[in-house]
Formats: sequence, structure tokens, C-alpha cells
Amino acid sequence: MDERYDAIVIGAGHNGLVCASLLAKAGKKVLVLEAGSQVGGAAVTREFADGYSVSACAHLLYQLQPQVQRELDLKLTLASKKMTTVALATDGNHVRYRGKEVSGTSDADAASFRDFHRRMSRFADLLQTYLNKVPPRLAADAGMDDVLTLARFGFDVRRLGKTELREFLRLIGINIFDELAERFENPLLKGALSLDAVLGTHLGPRSPNTILTYLYRLAGSHGSLSAPAGGMSSLTEALAHSARDNGATIRTGMHVKRIVVDNGRVAGVETDSGETFDSWLVVSNADPKSTIMKLVSARNVEPEFTRRIHNIRMRGNAAKLHLALSALPSIAGLEDQEYGERIVIAPDEVYVERAFNAAKYGEISAKPVFEITFPTHRDPGLAPEGKHVMSAIVQYAPYQLKQGWSDATREAFCEQAIDTLSDYMPDLRQNIVASETLTPADIEEQFLIGGGHWHHGELALDQFLFTRPVGGAAQYAMPLDGLYLCGAGAHPGGGVSGAAGRNAARMILKRGKAA
Amino acid sequence: MSKVREVPQGRLQSPFYPRQAELDRLSRWHEWKGYMSADGFYDEALEYFAIRNSTGVFDLTPMTKYRISGADSLDYIDRLVTRDMRKIKPGRVAYAVWCDDQGQVIDDGTIFHLDEGEYRLCSQERHMSWLQAAAIGMDVSIVEETHDIAALAVQGPTSFSIMRILGCAGIENLKPFGLMHVEFQGKQMMVSRTGFTGDLGYEIWIAPEQAEALWDALFEAGKDLGIRAIGTEALEAARIEAGFLAAYVDFLPANVTVRSGRSRSPFELGLEWLVDFKKPVFNGRRALAEEKRRGSTWRLVKLDIEGNKPAHHSYIYPGSGSSKKEIGFITSAAWSPVCKQNIAIGTVRTPHGKVGEKLRVEIYYQREMHWSRVMAEATVVDKPFWDPPRRRATPPGPY
Repeated sequence: MDERYDAIVIGAGHNGLVCASLLAKAGKKVLVLEAGSQVGGAAVTREFADGYSVSACAHLLYQLQPQVQRELDLKLTLASKKMTTVALATDGNHVRYRGKEVSGTSDADAASFRDFHRRMSRFADLLQTYLNKVPPRLAADAGMDDVLTLARFGFDVRRLGKTELREFLRLIGINIFDELAERFENPLLKGALSLDAVLGTHLGPRSPNTILTYLYRLAGSHGSLSAPAGGMSSLTEALAHSARDNGATIRTGMHVKRIVVDNGRVAGVETDSGETFDSWLVVSNADPKSTIMKLVSARNVEPEFTRRIHNIRMRGNAAKLHLALSALPSIAGLEDQEYGERIVIAPDEVYVERAFNAAKYGEISAKPVFEITFPTHRDPGLAPEGKHVMSAIVQYAPYQLKQGWSDATREAFCEQAIDTLSDYMPDLRQNIVASETLTPADIEEQFLIGGGHWHHGELALDQFLFTRPVGGAAQYAMPLDGLYLCGAGAHPGGGVSGAAGRNAARMILKRGKAA
Repeated sequence: MSKVREVPQGRLQSPFYPRQAELDRLSRWHEWKGYMSADGFYDEALEYFAIRNSTGVFDLTPMTKYRISGADSLDYIDRLVTRDMRKIKPGRVAYAVWCDDQGQVIDDGTIFHLDEGEYRLCSQERHMSWLQAAAIGMDVSIVEETHDIAALAVQGPTSFSIMRILGCAGIENLKPFGLMHVEFQGKQMMVSRTGFTGDLGYEIWIAPEQAEALWDALFEAGKDLGIRAIGTEALEAARIEAGFLAAYVDFLPANVTVRSGRSRSPFELGLEWLVDFKKPVFNGRRALAEEKRRGSTWRLVKLDIEGNKPAHHSYIYPGSGSSKKEIGFITSAAWSPVCKQNIAIGTVRTPHGKVGEKLRVEIYYQREMHWSRVMAEATVVDKPFWDPPRRRATPPGPY
């Protein structure tokens, strides 16, 4: 190819598209190369059975940053918004919560929940400001911007006031289990909030820093949930349109085999088919480990950096279960319109911890936890008329399963999940037309996310802010001239937020020629 | 009742220990990476003069040794150290330093290119975990062979003659930093023209089973050429004269420093010649390029000091008439009998320490319990204090 691009973005995940669009908007000549046949990465709608479609990985929106929507002028049609979470009980006495209100609990719990939600939202707001900033460097030679950002962060934390500051510092490193035990008595509520904190991680409610992961979930919209009409592809297609409108070129079915490194700097990329594209700037939407170890190759970066990248913890634990249904299953005590809400199965906080126990030893949970949606309830176009689909995140399904993932283990996991579901939905099995199970191994293979971890790296204090993905490389630029990250593995982390893509683009543009 | 198992106490003995023990008159041993190593055997001054006037034999078995092999061994080593290892052909040895990714020196050592793609890395410190971390993503095997190889340094003006008598055919063609394999009593041993004394000398690498036989043959070959066993103190005096650095003395390995600014870059240790920016990647390259652009904080200096009192641990001040604030300190000091010079290695803040600059050092010394202090003038020199032509001559002459 004789064409030279100002920037090549590897992967048209939502972050890659946000980054590409912002770069193109700033006048850069941008090429996006996507391995899959459609854009969107892990935020796509896919047909998994004849006529039945579902958001294949991520299935709810709760973190999309307002800044991203504003700057790219995104207009989304939502099938559901401000969804209620229904924590299922087998006897039909469910607990429901939305925003700061909870029902189905004692008055004391309801009052405590309001207080809990208020405080958590406040802390989440503080966090959110920093999710949308490039993390400052803590080096002795840090620049003025870094010092100012850091000073501002200190100031913002201090401004919480004495009591709240103390609470913030108390909570930020601890586990959600203890906090819930102190506040609430209703097991369903505690179970559901535990699930909120650990969804998508290799953590149980008793693991450290699960308050942080909970805050992370709230950062953006205080946990307000929505789902785009037509599934997640509607969002990523809109992002792709925005990128194209801004002048970026997007090519699908182009699997990047390697990033070309020439004399210690990035010079372009080469695809599986041997096609090469030249650019002095390559922005990877792939996870940091795959980017460095597979695309760049360890031999092109310094050994100590390789070691840090190699040691990133990123073992996925969340599986996706998709069911094509001839009819909605019956659930005791659930109103008809509530099928369109977010339904969780996490009867109590100890149940969630026990489900995680198995994962520590490379086993699947005998009784897993679920986050379930029936998107067709409000978005009937996803299935043939009168039929339905169920999209569920099922935890825990460890990436490193002791006996390894195979068709047999996947099938066993699926069966076990349906058994648990059947405790709540007795007629589920007879309504199943088709099913699809995506284990973390499948997610790794199909979506090219190392470890199948949707955050591209565990969301933990030691892999957060200044040290995400690793210390010394937290400002999107990798220690290889011309290489940037723009995906979930970079600050701030996963979830369909667009923050990483936006921050990366801003960093690249700020550096100008130096990038 | 089963007996409590007796746990062997103390230190490993090198395969040369039985022979060394026979010679030992001082019973002064210290620990060197788990081994017993002698400070001296009979008199450190005599041992020192053996190095400079005849031949000293030093047991360097405890030296840490790693065997590095595999398809990526060259790429691996080249990325590990700062110098260009592609230039080091089989049969050659390279002195090298390796840095962390801040460009700070972790250790220095010698890398022997034994055979195509086969290397031995010798260093003061143990580095297995670091070496293995650096191997991530590369096809390379790293095996520690410290205990599997016995080694002797044979150093001094008569060493060439002794090696020839020992039967090392072709030793006259062995150039400095070269290595060769010779037969010894039916088995192969390796001889390299390397050392830590800055003089003519060799190092012999042999299977531990043959260690005592080698010792006997060597001392038999050198009996008329002044061969002597030497300990660490004599070697230490010689290495300061040669201007060589010692880890934990002249620099701290970067991975053990806690405080910022206590480690050193190769530039700050006078090892700029070992840093090859033509290589696209090696550990510390980015940081070192930045340091080169901004300038270094410290500079290593070799000092020629007036008087005869060794400037141990002295502060260094600018020349007379300048500021009274200290600019650095001495890390190694000795009176050099062979140079008739009061010499030292130190570290000073840049821009001080340019060659030829006059500095002052504050020397404290004790006479009959009472302490005295002298401010001695010191001149920065660039050449090693001791650097005889025979060190480089090939073939070296018989002395």
C-alpha cells in the first residue's frame, strides 16, 4: 500500500470507534481495521439462532459517558431506559430497586438504601470526573498537567468534607460484603448489590476493592440502566457512522496479525492476508497483553515492560447464555411488564461468595448468579413474531477451567445454568428453541479479548488509574514510539463507556506531532 | 525415636577448598554467595605482589554463572544488556552492564559466547528471577550452573608462561576477551583471557571433579614462576588499580535501592562506551536516551590523591577556593604499591569530575587512637591507574 495514514486503529470496538471518530474529527486520516465481519467488538447484536438475535456480549448500557455522546453527537433510540432491577425470590417475594428507591424490603432497609445510594453516587461522581481524564503521572519529572490533575483530585476528595472524606477512604479499598452486612438485613437486596459489584470480574463480594468496582459501575449514570433498540450494534453502528462522517475509513474482516516495528518505532500494521498499512501511529483497541505480546512481540519492547504486561491479571469469569424461546417463561410474582426489566438471581450475599469459591479453584459454580434480560419484551424485532430471546450473564465460569473448556464442559455449564434458572422459571426448559453459551474461552476466541475478561484486565486497585494497564504506561502511550492503547485495558477500564477511547484520542491530539 | 537430622551449617566449600585449606595460615574466610572465600591465605601484601610480579591464583567458583541457550538466545541477550551483542562472535567474551527500565544499572558482568547461540553470563549477583522475567515471550533457556563449574583466575605477568607449561596449546594466540577449549587430562576445559586485575591473566573453567587435579598441575607448572594462591583482599587492591567497579561498593544494584537517586546509570558509572543506541531496543534504552538528552546527575571519577593516606569513605569537595559544600564521596580507595600512588574511585555531581579537574578530599586517619584530618588535593584521571602493555599483547611475552 502506498497510502500512509495518520493513524491506524486496530479493532472497531466501541472504544476504537470513539477514538477513531474523534481523531478523524480533528482532521486526521484514520483507518480502522476490524477482524470481525461487523463493527462493535463486544458491543454487537448477533443472530445466534435462525431469526433470533441478541447483544452478543455486553447487553446493557449504564456507563456510556455523556461527554462521548455530546462530542460525537450520538442519538440513540433506547428500547428500555431507567430499568428496574428485580432480585428474584423463588416464592415470588421479589425485591426491586431503581435509583434510590427499593421495594420489597423493610422500611429500615429502604431508608438505609436511600442513604447508601446517595453516598455511593456522590463518590461515583468524583470517580467519574477522573474516568474522563488522562491519569496523571506520578514520576519525579511529571509535567505541569500531571501535577495539576493530581492536585485537583486531592482537592476534590478533600472537598467531600470531613465525614464523607473519611467514609470515602474507609470504603475505597474494602469489600462490599462487609458494607452490605452493616447496612441491610434483606438477603435478596444484599445478594443483588453484591452481584452489581462483582459482575464481570474475578472477584467475590468478600474480595477487596469490590466497593471500588461498585462505584465504577455507578460512574456515569448512577447505575441507571438502558438498552438500545436493536441491541448493542445500534450504538456501535452509530459510532461507526460518526467515524465515517468524520472521514475515517473502516474495514471489517481485516485481522491484524502484527504491528510493524521498524528500528524501535511503530511503522504500520500487517493483516493475516499479508496486506500492510503504513502509519507512524497505531492505536490498539485490543487488550494490552494481546497488543504487546502478540501484535508487537515481546522482543520489540523492553523486558521489564514485558514482565509487567505479562503479569496483568485478566482471567474472565463471566459467561453469556442466550436462549431462543417460544414463549416467555413464567416467573412467580413477576408482573408482565417487568419482563422488560433487569432480572437478577443472587438470593443472598453468601450465595454469591459461594458461587465465586468454585471459580478460585478453576471450577464452575454449581449455583451460579445471573443477570438476565428478555430484550424482546420491549424490542420485539430481535426475534420472530411472538417469540422471545433471553440474554443472561452467568457467573462464575472461570477462564482457566480445571478440565479445560470443550464442547462437553460448555454443555455441562449450560445445563447447570438452565437447572438453576428452572428453580425460578419452572417452564423454561420446554420453551427453549435454541441456545448459545459463550464461555470466557469462547469470548476470547470470538471477540479477541485475552482471557475473555470484559475489562481487558481485572479492575482492581493495583491495576487502576496510574497503574492501568501497568505503571509507567498509564497515559495511553506505550513505551514504543507511535503505539497507543484505546481500549478497556487502559484507564479507566471496561464497560460500554467510551471513556478510554475518548481519553486516548485526546492524549494523541494533545501530543500533536510528538505522538 | 528418630534422630533429629543434622543440618549442615555454614557455607559451601568450593571444589578447590581442600587445596586452599592446606595453604591457609590465616583462617580468615568470608561468605561469597553461599561459599567460603578466603580474605587471604598467608599475607595479603605478599599475595598482592604475586598478582603484580608473578602470578596469583584466585578461586572464582562462587561467581554466579548462568547458561543461556535456545533459538532466541542472541536476541534475548542483546535486548538484556546495553551493548551490541551481535558483534560478540563465538569464542569471544564481552563485559556488559544491564539496566532496569529506568536505565539504572542492575549489575555488570561478563558474557561468554561459548558456541553459536550458547552463552554463559557471569555476575556478582544472582539474577534468575529477573532473567526469567526478561525471557517472557522468547524461546530461551536459562540454567544456573554456578555449582557445576569450578573456576580459577590465574593472573599476573608469569601467567602466560605457566599456562603454556600447563599444556594449553595455542594459548599464545588467545587475545584479550577471547576464549578457547583445551584438553586437560583427557577432558575439555575452557580458558578465557579475562580477569579482574587489569593485567595479563587467564580464567580457567573446569568440571568440579577435575578441580583438585587442575590445582595440582597448575601449581606444579608455576612452582618456579612465583605462583601463589590469593584471597579477596589482594584482588580488591588490584581491581581498584585496574579501575574496575564492584557492585555494592562503587554502585548499588538498582533493584536493591529504595531511595530515589541512589542507583546509577551506565553514564554515571563511566560506562557510556557500553551503551549502543543503534540497537532499537534494550532494557533502559528509553530512559537512557532521555538521560543523554537531559544530562546525568552523577559522574564516576578516578582520583589521583596527594599524600599516602587512603581516602576511605571521604567526602569530595571542589578545588580550593571554591564552595565548601561537598560534591560527592569516595567509594573505593587504596594506596597502590605498584603505581606509588594514592588512588581512589568516587562519585561526584555533574558538572564536576571532568578529566584533569582538581578536587579536594577530606581524609580522616587515626594515629594511636587519635583522629586527624587532612584536606588532600585530588586530580581526576581518565586512564586506569595500572594498565601495562602486556595486558593487551598477543602473544604475551614470557616474564
